[in-house]
Amino acid sequence: MSIYVDKNTKVVVQGITGGTAKFHTQQMLEYGTKIVAGVTPGKGGTEVDGVPVFNTMEEAVKETGANVSVIYVPAPFAADAIMEAVDAELDMAICITEHIPVLDMVKVVRYMEGKKTRLVGPNCPGVITPEESKIGIMPGYIHTKGHVGVISRSGTLTYEAVHQLSEAGIGQTTAVGIGGDPVNGTNFIDVLKEFNEDEDTYAVVMIGEIGGTAEEEAAEWIKANMKKPVVGFIGGQTAPPGKRMGHAGAIISGGKGTADEKIKALNNAGVEVAETPSVIGETLIKVIKEKGLYEKCKTH
Amino acid sequence: MNIHEYQGKQLLRDYGVAASKGIAAFSPEEAVKAAKELGTEVFVVKAQIHAGGRGKAGGVKIAKNLDEVRAYAKELLGKTLVTHQTGPEGKEVKRLLIEEGADIKKEYYISLVVDRATDRVTLMGSEEGGMDIEEVAEATPEKIFHEVIDPVSGLTGFQARRMAFNMNIPAHLVNKAAKFMTGLYQVFVEKDASIVEINPLVVTGDDQVLALDAKFNFDDNALFRHKDIVELRDFEEEDAKEIEASKYDLSYISLDGNIGCMVNGAGLAMATMDTINYYGGSPANFLDVGGGATAEKVTEAFKIILSDEHVKGIFVNIFGGIMKCDVIAEGVITAAKEVGLEVPLVVRLEGTNVERGKALLNESGLNIIAAGSMADGAQKIVEIVG
Repeated sequence: MSIYVDKNTKVVVQGITGGTAKFHTQQMLEYGTKIVAGVTPGKGGTEVDGVPVFNTMEEAVKETGANVSVIYVPAPFAADAIMEAVDAELDMAICITEHIPVLDMVKVVRYMEGKKTRLVGPNCPGVITPEESKIGIMPGYIHTKGHVGVISRSGTLTYEAVHQLSEAGIGQTTAVGIGGDPVNGTNFIDVLKEFNEDEDTYAVVMIGEIGGTAEEEAAEWIKANMKKPVVGFIGGQTAPPGKRMGHAGAIISGGKGTADEKIKALNNAGVEVAETPSVIGETLIKVIKEKGLYEKCKTH
Repeated sequence: MNIHEYQGKQLLRDYGVAASKGIAAFSPEEAVKAAKELGTEVFVVKAQIHAGGRGKAGGVKIAKNLDEVRAYAKELLGKTLVTHQTGPEGKEVKRLLIEEGADIKKEYYISLVVDRATDRVTLMGSEEGGMDIEEVAEATPEKIFHEVIDPVSGLTGFQARRMAFNMNIPAHLVNKAAKFMTGLYQVFVEKDASIVEINPLVVTGDDQVLALDAKFNFDDNALFRHKDIVELRDFEEEDAKEIEASKYDLSYISLDGNIGCMVNGAGLAMATMDTINYYGGSPANFLDVGGGATAEKVTEAFKIILSDEHVKGIFVNIFGGIMKCDVIAEGVITAAKEVGLEVPLVVRLEGTNVERGKALLNESGLNIIAAGSMADGAQKIVEIVG
């Protein structure tokens, strides 16, 4: 098993005719992702890498049965693209686009209330279930199939963690990048719940960063509900206050959102937090050995 | 992006939100001229810098006549103000705002922010005006009120009135205060602000409800649709290296250490800073070259790092996913040849096209120290820089 996506997931690429989207469509197809459709308004009837392009999401879903979309639409139009995916009643929309105005996202989140679609992102690397489906921009080759779930607010830091796990012979069930924006769709708790229920996931790596209180809320949830060991890392331990560290959401403001508070909250919930990003893998291995899960997690 | 108080107040007036009357001045002569034009009995001479805490730092003066206006303007222009928000180096005053003195009965606090916990814009208000709101939140949290705003309806009349009553605004002025708040919300959403803070909002002896200060911060990601706001940008308030980086869409932040960093991805860039600190070093900057960087962009990034005279060594940490290692290598080589590389350089490459990238660096003849991992690289650069 895995969470969110698997080999049966039928993917539609929104904004498929753009340069970045074309490149990644090719990469995803090579990985084996089942891409059934693309959407670019005005380009309906054409093809990209053999994938049929439609003018609207409604049409793409009707014709191909796509159930998950991945969005590469440029920031000024991305919020509209997310709402179109929600309107088409997809199971999930994964938005890769960064730099979406935050008030656009406030409207999107309001629009999604009571609707079926789950949003992952924006400003995220996507979701991958190794050897089944890669939806997003992550390098496929560093991932290996296995039993550790990964959740992260940062793209490259996810690669760093996954790489360490794979090098150490620890495969992953699914890796979910929830993105670095302050207003987004899926949060840590949503993904933790899924991993908690997924019988193939034995342990979880959770990578947070400065800004907001999502990690503190996740820590509270873990303390009350999580049945599986969680290992964490928080980026930005030495970031100066008041400065936005690349991600729109990575800012310490009014003394809130510091790495110290987050690490304290996680430790308090029984989550071991890696001191440096280089030892995320090591820390996980130490913890699963203590819990007697190492042999079960060792995949290669 | 931040703007000055006088620009913020003009924006408020454009939306029918009352703000104290004033005129910007760039010299003592202009200050006197502005005061004459205002023609009031008392003037306020206010330093215009992008930082709060000006009053405590001596950046706000009350002048009783034109001579005092001139004297205070002379004193403030060119002076470096150090407040709790400027950092120890402070900020030099280059602009002033000359305002009419207001007959203040009571000071309040009002602000709008995007609240991450609710994914909504939230109105915050308190009768404890003029103070640092973080101190109020600490000492008397029960005196801060919140109204969470539905983006469909916007700030409703009843919410604005409830806020005004909660803030103990005199009953006969509640409607004026509510109008102030709805106007404030309108400018916030129409101009894509991320923070608007009015501290203090004042009630005057002649029953006005007006903004005595105005602090605006705008969402950088929405500036593409607000040319008028972009024009208000004051480059003198920003770090020269950060301005240069923004031309190339590089995410760069100056820090006060001596190890230059070039990384792809914001998370990894933060983690690289953390790791350098962990091994006892101190980063000179945060720099995310992004996912789709070209060799040209990498070259510019490298030049910006090298333009910082504090940099005694550089650590390049790349985990190529989308970013290809050979592109990074090309950029580093070009920059080093163009501007000359006189400080030690440690490079850690991993991911897409890593072998090609390493080969390019080896053949370049540059003196590069290779690192096997992020930790290894951080340790090496810290050791060399000392």
